[in-house]
Amino acid sequence: MPGELFSILTFQGGYNTSVVLAGVIALGIGGGVIGVFSFLRKRALISDAISHATLPGIAIAFLIGIALGGTGRNLALLMAGAATTGALGVLCVQWIRDYTRLPEDAAIGTVLSVFFGLGIVLLSHIQTLQAAGQAGLNSFLLGSTAALTAGEAQLIGGASLVAILIALLLLKEFGAVAFDEGFAAAQGWRVTRIDLAMIGLLLAIVAIGLKTVGLVLIIALVIIPPASARFWTERLGRLVALSGTFGGLAGWLGGSLSALLPDMPAGAVIVLAAAAIFTISLLFAPRRGVIAWGIRRLRMRVRAASVRGLLAMADGYLPPDGLSYRVVRWRGYIDGDARITESGRTAASEMRRQDRLWQTYRTRHPEAALSFNPLTGTRIEDVLPADIVATLEAPSR
Amino acid sequence: MNPPRLIPFETRQPRNEIAPSPLSIRGLTVAYDDKPAVWDLDYDAPDRGLIAVIGPNGAGKSTMIKAMLGLVPTLAGDVRVFGSTLRQARRRIAYIPQRTSVDWDFPASAEDVVAMGLYGEIGWCRPVRRRHREAARSYLDRVGMADFAGRQIGQLSGGQQQRVFLARALAQKADLYLMDEPFAGVDAATERAIVNVMREVRDAGATVLCVHHDLQTVADYFDHALILNVHAIAHGAVDDVLTEELLQRAYGGRLAETEIRAIAGSA
Amino acid sequence: MTAADFLSIDLPAILVAVLSATSCGLLGNFLVLRRQALIGDAISHVALPGIVAGFLIAGTIATLPLMLGAMVAAVIAAGLIEIIRRAGRLESGAAMGVVFTTMFAIGIVLLEQTGASNAHIDAEHALYGNLESTLWLGVTGWDDALTWEALSQLPRQLITLAGVTAAIAIMIVAFYKELKVSTFDAGLAASLGLPVRTISTVLIVVVALAAVAAFEAVGSILVIAMFICPAATARMLTDSLSRQLWLSVLVAVIAGVGGYVLAAFGPQFWGDTDSLSAAGMIAVVAGLLQTAAMIAAPRYGILSRAIRRRTRQLDLPA
Repeated sequence: MPGELFSILTFQGGYNTSVVLAGVIALGIGGGVIGVFSFLRKRALISDAISHATLPGIAIAFLIGIALGGTGRNLALLMAGAATTGALGVLCVQWIRDYTRLPEDAAIGTVLSVFFGLGIVLLSHIQTLQAAGQAGLNSFLLGSTAALTAGEAQLIGGASLVAILIALLLLKEFGAVAFDEGFAAAQGWRVTRIDLAMIGLLLAIVAIGLKTVGLVLIIALVIIPPASARFWTERLGRLVALSGTFGGLAGWLGGSLSALLPDMPAGAVIVLAAAAIFTISLLFAPRRGVIAWGIRRLRMRVRAASVRGLLAMADGYLPPDGLSYRVVRWRGYIDGDARITESGRTAASEMRRQDRLWQTYRTRHPEAALSFNPLTGTRIEDVLPADIVATLEAPSR
Repeated sequence: MNPPRLIPFETRQPRNEIAPSPLSIRGLTVAYDDKPAVWDLDYDAPDRGLIAVIGPNGAGKSTMIKAMLGLVPTLAGDVRVFGSTLRQARRRIAYIPQRTSVDWDFPASAEDVVAMGLYGEIGWCRPVRRRHREAARSYLDRVGMADFAGRQIGQLSGGQQQRVFLARALAQKADLYLMDEPFAGVDAATERAIVNVMREVRDAGATVLCVHHDLQTVADYFDHALILNVHAIAHGAVDDVLTEELLQRAYGGRLAETEIRAIAGSA
Repeated sequence: MTAADFLSIDLPAILVAVLSATSCGLLGNFLVLRRQALIGDAISHVALPGIVAGFLIAGTIATLPLMLGAMVAAVIAAGLIEIIRRAGRLESGAAMGVVFTTMFAIGIVLLEQTGASNAHIDAEHALYGNLESTLWLGVTGWDDALTWEALSQLPRQLITLAGVTAAIAIMIVAFYKELKVSTFDAGLAASLGLPVRTISTVLIVVVALAAVAAFEAVGSILVIAMFICPAATARMLTDSLSRQLWLSVLVAVIAGVGGYVLAAFGPQFWGDTDSLSAAGMIAVVAGLLQTAAMIAAPRYGILSRAIRRRTRQLDLPA
């Protein structure tokens, strides 16, 4: 089995499997890259509205396909239908948000549920038609890669690549709008148009991915990779690259696993792979990760407690609270008999001196002092040049 | 030869146990992420004082009030209100948040909002009755807003909204009023109304602690001041505190020398 | 249509629809005002893994384990969203998106891997429910409808829903003040000594309860529609919270009855014999009502605002 997994992962699992895998990877990268922008615009759940709003479009496209004499299962036609009502859904969200008193989250909820309801009504009508191929429509709800043909995979992969290319070409504009809408507008950029382009790409990727992962899980492909990437970097370029990589990685792992194991729906496995990447990022990312952040916060508490304790001891008092007492006791600045130790005396008088210097510095240079954080035990000599420290030591003017 | 024993920290600023201060803070320390906002603050508010909390932006004024109320987590410190813990004294405190902190589109009328100040008195599960509504209206009347009782709060002007908050605080019938920049962005009529109400409640025996931005009016409106810039810089009667030296220490380069001199002169 | 048909097929479905709509619609008022409208969305999606897990643990498709499973999943989801939002410092929409899609994916994998899909649980059903299968057996006409024997055979979902709806209504009446003040101004509520965090947790739990109770009959999407549309419609029409609550109930009832009637009997108007999905149609009707309110509401509707703007422009001195 590991051997088989390896051969699938390395694209040696047969032509069909490899094409489908390549298509899924392209889709993952596309979702990751394009998802970054709505994520940065704090509108991650707009994709929720889009994906649910595609259902009536799919149903209508199917009905049109039948009316034209086909089976209604033409993937391109269904995608076009999905994109059409998806776009309509987005416009409704914008309209509700801009012209009524209802906030965006209520607008998204309204659109996704009402459009989806309409889609279900249409599907229930289609079911009564006994038309050929209607059973395939259900795969749009939950997705299925098993049914993906090589041709469909090529269509999905190709369309994803085009969407990624456009996103990269517009990277600068997207970045400016996502970072500071007002500034971008002041620069003379058409914020509304750039926003629409962003949403258009989102719409495209949702329509492309629907068939593969289903309309609930496609949301994950545009939200989870950027949310994961955000833990690792503060820079837009890297964020896009990393998010695309995470998306692709999820597609690669998820696609391979689902090809290997029976009854493993590809969409769900891809999402779970993405979720695993997210969890690792959330916990272990070096600066923004939860563990690093927790350690930093704990360190600061201890340092601040030590400063508090030593300053109190310098004036002949016990540390003011439990934590500061434990910290100075643990560092051996105080003995069990509430007496200051030799090292404690040195540390306390040094802390008193530091505090005095920082206060003088803050009085004389209030603006500059804002960029330092002396209250958690930063030594003034470590951050200021010696000549300035010397002037602070001197009696005031 | 042993060094002398360290003595309990509480003796640094012993509290008056016989006539407890309306607000007594010891060693209050608050930090956001890893940036301290309030550092080792000791303060005893004078009884029946009208106290202005002043200091530059980012000096921790609002944070201090929120920390006292337990709305932001503290690193260390002990706050007593009339000698008891916050939990015990909660009903004796009224808090006026910054106006921007709530959703003014909320489906409530001015009277509804004022009645919220009575919720503590009404108690769990009991409805707001006619007499509560009448009481709410009388508080609105005291801030000159009786005509607007039924108006949805979003349709009031900024100053009127602030007066609704003031009436709500009055309805709480507190002994300690904590106000977070009530004068920010209000019209002259509202400013007068706020000052009058502050004096009324002070005369009735309450204490008012008010975050204030406008240094020009501190001496006119208040009789005590607490100057804060992360550390407590100074506190005391307005005339003693608004000095060139102390303002210089708190504001430094953020106020022009001439301005500081003018304010210090006004006190 | 005979009386027996109406009583055994249509009436229970209409009642289930109305009760689901009412219980979710009432709670929706607070979700919309708290900017948590999409919590309803997240919770109804995570009910799927909960139901599957409930089935796997209990081994039956009895209601209680499935409902418990969905409740637990909803509470876990709400907790995870909060943890990720705080610890990861992510915007709440993104945190929600991460959590509910992941849990939904887990649900699908469980479903496929364990063969639960053969045991009358399927994801599509969970998405759009099956209102039409709520039947009142053992009733033959109006005469015996109120006999003890007939009443004892009322559909189980109907009884569950009636209980949940009553409980929610009682909760809102009893804690109206507390819900109102903690929704409007959490700072004031805390300073009045109210347990603000507990209130929001309880609200989420009750939302989960309502979602789960409504879920098996009407499906998750209709649940979302009912959390949002009635409240949003009422929000357009009034500035008083109590009136908003009443209006949302009215909208929910109209949507429930209207949607069912349109779905069941609408097709006959154009000569079709088959009926349409009632759950979907109810959502559509709720959406239409909301659209009407957004356009034509007396004060906040787009039309009246446009007219006001026009008259104000005319009033300006030339």
